Amino acid sequence: MGIASEALKNFKGFSLKNLPEVEPLSPGHRACQGCGEVLALRQAMKAIGTNVVVVSATGCMEIISSPWPQSAWRVPWIHVAFENAAAVVSGVETAYKALNRKKIVDQPDVTFLAYGGDGATADIGLQALSGALERGHNFIYLCLDNEAYMNTGIQRSSSTPFGASTTTSPPGKKSSGQATWKKNVAEIAVAHGTPYVATASPAFPIDLMNKVKKASLVPGPAYIHIYSPCPTGWRCGLDESVEAARLAVQSRVFPLYEVIDGHYFLSRKVAKPIPVTQYFKPQRRFRHLTEAEIGYIQVKVDELYEKLVEKCDQGDGNK
Amino acid sequence: MSKRIGIEVSIALADAVGLCDVDVVAAYPITPQTHIVEHLAELVAEGHLDADFVPVESEHSAMSACIGSSAAGARTFTSTCSQGYALMSELCYIASAMRLPIVMAVANRAISAPINIWNDHADLMYARDTGWIQLISENGQEAVDLSILAFRIAEDQGISLPVQVNLDGFTMSHVIEPLMMPEAAEIKEFLPPFKPVLRLDPAKPITMGPVGMPDVFTEARKAQDEALKSSKPAIQAIFDLFAKQFGRQYKLVETYKTEDAETIIVAMGSIAQTAMTAIDAMRARGNKVGIARIRVFRPFPAAELVEAVRGAKNLVLLDRVTAFAGGEVSGPVALEIKSALFDNGLLPKVGNFLVGLGGRDVTQQNFEEMVERVTSAKNGDLPAYEFINVRE
Repeated sequence: MGIASEALKNFKGFSLKNLPEVEPLSPGHRACQGCGEVLALRQAMKAIGTNVVVVSATGCMEIISSPWPQSAWRVPWIHVAFENAAAVVSGVETAYKALNRKKIVDQPDVTFLAYGGDGATADIGLQALSGALERGHNFIYLCLDNEAYMNTGIQRSSSTPFGASTTTSPPGKKSSGQATWKKNVAEIAVAHGTPYVATASPAFPIDLMNKVKKASLVPGPAYIHIYSPCPTGWRCGLDESVEAARLAVQSRVFPLYEVIDGHYFLSRKVAKPIPVTQYFKPQRRFRHLTEAEIGYIQVKVDELYEKLVEKCDQGDGNK
Repeated sequence: MSKRIGIEVSIALADAVGLCDVDVVAAYPITPQTHIVEHLAELVAEGHLDADFVPVESEHSAMSACIGSSAAGARTFTSTCSQGYALMSELCYIASAMRLPIVMAVANRAISAPINIWNDHADLMYARDTGWIQLISENGQEAVDLSILAFRIAEDQGISLPVQVNLDGFTMSHVIEPLMMPEAAEIKEFLPPFKPVLRLDPAKPITMGPVGMPDVFTEARKAQDEALKSSKPAIQAIFDLFAKQFGRQYKLVETYKTEDAETIIVAMGSIAQTAMTAIDAMRARGNKVGIARIRVFRPFPAAELVEAVRGAKNLVLLDRVTAFAGGEVSGPVALEIKSALFDNGLLPKVGNFLVGLGGRDVTQQNFEEMVERVTSAKNGDLPAYEFINVRE
């Protein structure tokens, strides 16, 4: 049995009946209306509780929660730069390890959580993340993926989906929007031998909170890739972000799964997927796509989902 | 009691850091810093040092991890130079703005291109505006002493700033020197346990590194500037404490035979030791030359320097870096000194020389040439700076 399976063998999840009331990320922050990212972060923090040190990459979740002298954080929180949250949390975790061992502090049960957007994770911070995962620090990394550099004004990242319009992947006479397929950082985390890797969505809050809770129990690195709708950048209605997140799962565009000690488990089988067009429809970032382009996307989405299903072990893991 | 030993300076510096009971070392290897971090890794591996060594994947992550570690309340050390410093420099500004007492040894090396692993002060100058305290050593004893002093200075709650200990790459880092190595008990007496002003602690949540809007940014910067400004007398006071316990007195600016000198050389780092030999030779021939050696480059000891050179007619100012300012202004060290002279209404004859770039030796003869060049020049004849010992 691997270290993650061992740590999770008696796991008791949250349910609608025992949702945590604690709000480490308090209301009153400055996120846009309808922000799916801050919703995901709030759910994650509820699952973690207050015995935590949080490290933030530069990005939306940093600026909206820490305009000095105000702070939305009720737990210790540090922001240093854009590309280094995983390296900073390495330092925090190591310091606690040393200080506990040397009996300078007596705080052995603190959780260390770092988060960043898709730019901070898949692009500029990938090296720092890789280093921290490889070294095996005991921390959780959340990628809050809203599929572009939203904080700077909707520029494409390597996590922007194929075909999406952003300010640096604009469709035009010679462009159909983003020309490349979305980078799969969760798979990169798996390739590091990370004991716990998962994908999650704020449209499935209990699942998201359980995954974050599991990540906190695993004695080693854990990576969770969280789909984080951004109405501002995706150009959908302010009340449509949770729906967009749900449609992404139902269309197999963003499958929910866990990888525990290298074993794959689908969190939600999508036996009867909706067509990707239904997912695209409320989002104006996709509206320029031709039928041929949509057809290409549909085929590739189905292919990738089937490949994922093939990797999944029988059963639904340790639930 | 301290022991007199012969030891490679990098190893001695690492031993001194170990004796300071450092909690976390996060470092990435780069020539000529490697022996420092290798020896620390070895001390940890052998159980001689109760610390965690984080073998990060870059210098950028080295400083990032140091920031996290220091913010969590651990005594934290790293070491780098040159390209490594350039890569981590983004975080160096942040470490000082967050008032984190990280200590970093910099085995000074040229910055590319052409790629060159040998000594000059390009990295030291690169760091000068980052808000760190910069200590400069000239020999192995000083590298050891300043490393111990660095923790005491950095962690002084009235200072609470990161500190760089600079030592010349190869010419110091890889040289075996005789020195007095203090014992753990002596260091423990001099260096109290690290008590952070604030730390990342779930029992007492704080927000570190928030957004500073235009209505608070200037105030934040001014507060940081005040911290560095007020560190100057505090550093001297800590140097004095050290002298009381260990018998070796350091000063912000140290002088040699300046009292009656007509010509004063101003230099930093190990070449100052060669300069003193050159001065003895010139003095033997009746030439009244002295030297002012800059021990602390940040905060810049302008008043102390002006006092040191006040009586001189000629100044020989040395820079160990090219400034790329277009040719009409001096190198960075000379600029600082000229600015201080101007503020004090002093107008000696000044020559600025760019020397010892990328490992080029600076010899006793070079010093004599530079002194001759300035003393024999007519006022107004000296350019903003000159390269010496250079093939045309």
